Amino acid sequence: MLFYQSFATVLILLAVTAPAALVFGFGGATLARAQLLPLRLFGKTYISAVRGVPDIAFFLFFVIALDQGFEWLRHQALCPDWNAPIRQGNDFVVCAAAKLPLGTAPQYVHEIYGFFTAVLTFAIVFGAFAANVLYGAMRAVPQAQIETAQAYGMRPVQVFWRVLVPQMWVYALPGLANLWMVLIKATPLLFLLGVEDVVYWARELGGTKQAKFSAYPHGDWRMQYFLFLLVFYLAFTKLSEVVLERVMKRLTHGQGTLGVPS
Amino acid sequence: MSCQQTILDYGLRSLGYGERLLPKSDFTLCQHFTLIGSGLIWNIYFGALALLIGFFIANAMALAKASPRAILRQPAEWFILIFRGSPLFIQFFLAYFIFLRLKQQGLLPWLTAAQFGALLVLILNTAAYSAEIFYGALRSVPNGEVEAADAYGLTGWSRFRLVIWPTSLRLAWPAYTNEAIFLFHATTLVFFSGFPAWQQRGDALYYASYFADKTFNPFVAYPILAFYFILLTFVIIGIFGLVNARLNRHLPSQARPKLRYRPQVIR
Repeated sequence: MLFYQSFATVLILLAVTAPAALVFGFGGATLARAQLLPLRLFGKTYISAVRGVPDIAFFLFFVIALDQGFEWLRHQALCPDWNAPIRQGNDFVVCAAAKLPLGTAPQYVHEIYGFFTAVLTFAIVFGAFAANVLYGAMRAVPQAQIETAQAYGMRPVQVFWRVLVPQMWVYALPGLANLWMVLIKATPLLFLLGVEDVVYWARELGGTKQAKFSAYPHGDWRMQYFLFLLVFYLAFTKLSEVVLERVMKRLTHGQGTLGVPS
Repeated sequence: MSCQQTILDYGLRSLGYGERLLPKSDFTLCQHFTLIGSGLIWNIYFGALALLIGFFIANAMALAKASPRAILRQPAEWFILIFRGSPLFIQFFLAYFIFLRLKQQGLLPWLTAAQFGALLVLILNTAAYSAEIFYGALRSVPNGEVEAADAYGLTGWSRFRLVIWPTSLRLAWPAYTNEAIFLFHATTLVFFSGFPAWQQRGDALYYASYFADKTFNPFVAYPILAFYFILLTFVIIGIFGLVNARLNRHLPSQARPKLRYRPQVIR
């Protein structure tokens, strides 16, 4: 039963992460083209830092880093009179009230918290990819459109929201579609973040307590599970391809952009 | 222990030379840098070899996919769909189990070792991704160039080798650079899933996560890993930029398309 639930976990994660990453990406792209230098620098560093490093390293990094960050913040807020150092050698010690989730919390809170950090991690990493796509899309909007809007006397904020943003989606869609495919294929890394997803169960179910793979009678079932997973992901990717193709046709209807035969 | 001693001890640790035991406590910054850098040797090994061999397979595969004959086209399409449509992570798992099976049958026992088995998976994977890039480039070769070749009386193989292939390579090169960068990133998955690191000879991420696990402090090991990989990315861009300049050497220098790290096509 839990095995089937894990498929739901993956689908929910995808459904939650995609908009969250889009929000991060939109923020990153907006920052990267801000007028103020520090903001612009921050946006550009965010985009290029996350993109220059293997994403799996970020998944490993952010899970611990976010967890420790939250606990540190709560520690500062809840236990002001704690004077022992937080890093004691190899241990990270915060007061009991600052533990996240609380030691007394029921199991499902732990699971939800794990899921939450996973979503946040995915959103941060894929937000940078999305920011890159959206940044390119914003620059692809014809300059004449912007100038026309300015000539109408719109303020920069109005130009941004009323002209730039509505027009950029067409340019962003191919990149975002590609990103969606990458996101689908990144979900099996979820089990690294402690969420019990399909890969976790494929390892568990077929696995055995024996140390050697070859030492048990019924053959290695994990092989079949992974084959099944492969087909699952293939089908999912294919389905997305078909749907995105339809959306693209609908959005570019009547627009003479390159790459779309009219 | 001085830093020089540490480098001597652990500089080639990932290949099995030097000190056998990994440091257990009191980690210094020098140890971090040396061991993670030592692991990077494997990343470069996997990435460089897979790119080199994958390049040839990808060209053949792209040609097969563009072929009008179904007997050539269909297998290539399936190959590309399977390797591009499924997560590399699961490919590693499956490949490892298949190689284990083969080993039990007494076939090709060396494939269960990461340096051959994982390399094979990476070659096939990058071949599929690059084939799609080359296929796209092949289809966007301008008609005028092909007609000019026809006018010169070039046909068949010589037309392909002298006109179509160089042009398509020129068109594909920026996207292929991205593919190379992402391939190097993907090499970090090797020791993370199916393939075990024999005698703790792992790659850069293996050692970085080793340190992070031991110290429970991600803020040292992972930034060092990031530093190495950003450095590696710059090296790749540099090398591919040189090839790009060579490919476009017939153009006046200001008209040459500059390679920039602005990936639009991502894996």
